[in-house]
Amino acid sequence: MTELTVGDVIAERTLHLTRESLVRYAGASGDFNPIHYRDDVAAAVGLPGVLAHGMLTMGIAASVALSALPAGAEVVDYGVRFTKPVVVDAETGADVHILAKVGAVDETSARIDLTVKAAETTVLVKAQLRVAL
Amino acid sequence: MNSELVGREFPPTAPYLVGREKVREFARAVFADAPQHLDVDAARAAGYADVVAPPTFPMVIQDLTLQQLLSEPDSGIVLARTIHAEQRFQYTRPIVAGDELTAQLAVTGIRSLGGNAMITSEASITDAAGDHVVTAVSVLLVGSDSEGETA
Repeated sequence: MTELTVGDVIAERTLHLTRESLVRYAGASGDFNPIHYRDDVAAAVGLPGVLAHGMLTMGIAASVALSALPAGAEVVDYGVRFTKPVVVDAETGADVHILAKVGAVDETSARIDLTVKAAETTVLVKAQLRVAL
Repeated sequence: MNSELVGREFPPTAPYLVGREKVREFARAVFADAPQHLDVDAARAAGYADVVAPPTFPMVIQDLTLQQLLSEPDSGIVLARTIHAEQRFQYTRPIVAGDELTAQLAVTGIRSLGGNAMITSEASITDAAGDHVVTAVSVLLVGSDSEGETA
């Protein structure tokens, strides 16, 4: 069992999303909303560009934290608020920066607080993953 | 927005069999490289029956319930004006390959916010034995008819 202390940074990673990442997530999740892969549709509904699925951003943030924890650490609760979209350029993609810090620890579980930014902007708030240890 | 949706009864979704390759496919899509998602032996060594679905995987099953909601003729929810505002998963146990899961939709809250509406939709997901696995909670922000498209 890992010793976790409040304030510890357990993981920090920048993941690069491309249009391929979005198409891959669309296929895996079944969310084929065209704003996640078609520039013309995104523009027609007034978006700044093709957006990453919010659920993809939520998913990768958890992945970064779980990679830093023991395989047996079970997720008991995971919640986020979506604040800003992640625009994924057709040529340059988008970098998503994830910082996972221990927010609270008790006898049986730990709360991991996730800071998730793209282009220096916070895209998820109150992103908290609670795991049983 | 139709507040009569709160408390309405919906049928459970058809059973969804969680396949091992589906778990791996989903894991790759969310950059989940922890071994319990991909490697059966590692998952078993950590105490799971098979590979473990990443924590956001229940969205695949919750989506079936959101389709039920959108297809209610009186829902007042138009996808093009709907924004996903919040999402949460509350687990009793992890999902592993081999699970057969059924979701039960409940609309638990609707409140007005200016001309918009916030709708809270819960999917209670149970296994073949009827035991609770996870509840997926979505808060959707639905724009009013009079506004421009917000997507």
